[in-house]
Amino acid sequence: MGWILVTSATVILFLQNYPLYIRSVPTENELKFHYMVHTSLDVVDEKISAMGKALVDQRELYLGLLYPTEDYKVYGYVTNSKVKFVMVVDSSNTALRDNEIRSMFRKLHNSYTDVMCNPFYNPGDRIQSRAFDGMVTSMMIQVC
Amino acid sequence: MEAAASGGCGSGPPLLLSEGEQQCYSELFARCAGAAGGGPGSGPPEAARAAPGASTAASGPVADLFRASQLPAETLHQITELCGAKRVGYFGPTQFYVALKLIAAAQSGLPVRIESIKCELPLPRFMMSKTDAEIRFGNMAELHGTKVQIPYLITEKNTFKRMDDEDKQETQSPTMSPLASPPSSPPHYQRVPLSHGYSKLRKSTEQMHPAPYEARQPLVQPEGPSLGGPGAKPLRHQASLIRSFSVERELQDNNSSYPDEPWRITEEQREYYVNQFRSLQPDPSSFISGSVAKNFFTKSKLSIPELSYIWELSDADCDGALSLPEFCAAFHLIVARKNGYPLPEGLPPTLQPEYLQAAFPKPKWECALFDSYSESVPANQQPRDLNRMEKLSIKDMADFPVPTQDVTGDDKQALKSATDEALPKDMSEDSASKSGLLPPPPALPPRPCPSQSEQASEAELHPQLNRAPSQAAESSPAKKDIPYSQPPSKPIRRKFRPENQATESQEPTTAVGGPASVATVKPHPTVQKQSSKQKKAIQTAIRKNKEANAVLARLNSELQQQLKEVHQERIALENQLEQLRPVTVL
Repeated sequence: MGWILVTSATVILFLQNYPLYIRSVPTENELKFHYMVHTSLDVVDEKISAMGKALVDQRELYLGLLYPTEDYKVYGYVTNSKVKFVMVVDSSNTALRDNEIRSMFRKLHNSYTDVMCNPFYNPGDRIQSRAFDGMVTSMMIQVC
Repeated sequence: MEAAASGGCGSGPPLLLSEGEQQCYSELFARCAGAAGGGPGSGPPEAARAAPGASTAASGPVADLFRASQLPAETLHQITELCGAKRVGYFGPTQFYVALKLIAAAQSGLPVRIESIKCELPLPRFMMSKTDAEIRFGNMAELHGTKVQIPYLITEKNTFKRMDDEDKQETQSPTMSPLASPPSSPPHYQRVPLSHGYSKLRKSTEQMHPAPYEARQPLVQPEGPSLGGPGAKPLRHQASLIRSFSVERELQDNNSSYPDEPWRITEEQREYYVNQFRSLQPDPSSFISGSVAKNFFTKSKLSIPELSYIWELSDADCDGALSLPEFCAAFHLIVARKNGYPLPEGLPPTLQPEYLQAAFPKPKWECALFDSYSESVPANQQPRDLNRMEKLSIKDMADFPVPTQDVTGDDKQALKSATDEALPKDMSEDSASKSGLLPPPPALPPRPCPSQSEQASEAELHPQLNRAPSQAAESSPAKKDIPYSQPPSKPIRRKFRPENQATESQEPTTAVGGPASVATVKPHPTVQKQSSKQKKAIQTAIRKNKEANAVLARLNSELQQQLKEVHQERIALENQLEQLRPVTVL
């Protein structure tokens, strides 16, 4: 069970609620994003168990509530192998629509599978693939 | 202390040199000037310029000398500017001495300024000494052929180099150290990057001295370790730069559209890689699974992140398995990395599967060689037949009489003899070291031996080379490191075999289900997926058969044991019977 967190800034990929990959664009306040992700992990678990067979969950949290001052939208995504991707985006990016989020998660998933194909990658390690990094960077640049 | 401001126009403050410095500098100057005059094949322009009483040091040896100071090219460029050579267009004694002082200053950590040279400075240190010039000249002979084309390349590259230099300068110093143990990589592909690294320095003089520089080329040999540094970065950019020259260049190697040397696989390397591939996976058109490849590449003792990155680069279709061209690319990257080359940002064009597929025909040995391998790989029957049917390259067999004839049942011997045949026997040490560099295939991937001697690294190489042959047969893991740590030399480029050219045309046709189909991924993804699925299915079938085979073999041996025991029991019983019988008979 892994996590990826992408914010208008941050990407965190977690495995078994342990982070596999973390990436933030504005590097300040990273901890805040980390906290948000951790709280949202519970919600994701809830949704997984609730959904039963359907494993892919896209929109996960709408965080208007947690931070009334700053709006963040937290999106989640779960793969078939129970790897969770969490994306936190700034609500000021209202241009982001659901489809775009979905496509971003799809790209993340594809890159993640490419990483998994690498025999030198042990599941559970931090992801250090340059291709993955490049993909995430381009995605975040697009978002911000 | 005497002032030595003479020659040339007043190019700065009067130069104060101590006696030691004076002596050293004049010696260096004489050497540079002398080397210029003594260089065979110097063009008339150079001779003309050198004529004025040898009062100028030709730019070539001066360039080499400066590079030997191991300063970054940016610094050297500054020095050249400051000393006035740029202004006057040549290195007169004054300019030369000023430059040397500046080099000494830079090496002492002082900023490169005219003021720096006013104070007492130690003598500038140069990595390379006279011996280098001799080595260069010595090597000129065999390298001459391959270098003929380089001059054109150099001058063109110089112009392009400018834009790249700025962003490379910072990285050149750091990259110097990894390349300190250098790469025997053939001068062929070192020279080019070195000229890159130095082009900034050359900028000032190149307009005036293109001819001498070119004439210098046959003399300029693979520079030693210190020059590997500037060369490192340029290597990365070679692909982009070189492509623009591809039209004009004509290397002896007919794969000439991508002259980025370090990433080009030579024939010998290719053969070796393919043999390694076959040792892991007998069917050259099939895939090596990820775990098998992982085990194999882990033996190279590169770090896991690096191996992971190499895999990322080489597994173009990200299918978790390596086809033959992907495997060759990965192997080559590993070899290059072991020799200190930094890994490229992206897969170089010469290593891409399409290129490898087109450049090198499918393995031709499989038909003939499979027979020889049959006893070692019994499970190959099925794939071999399939391959025979699939591949039209049976005729290719005839094109490689050398390797096929030399093949014995043993991997190592086959490779050794094949490569021994294939390699030009210019240097006896090369052939000796070549055979010594071939430990048993499953071992570390050794590199093709240096066929052209390097310079400063020669000393350390030779002991390794000498040791390697003596330990070829029983290479312990420690010794495996020796051949492995040797720089990958590229053997002298031979003409691309005409057979290969002939078979290239069949290449497209032969690539039925093979990796070539993988190469043409874009237009036919579904077809490729199917064929690769078929390959995978066949591969799994092969594996199952192998396992079944192994199980049956074990069973066989156990049963035979039992049979023996039963026989013995029977004999014992018969003896007993014999003993008892007389009683009953009576």
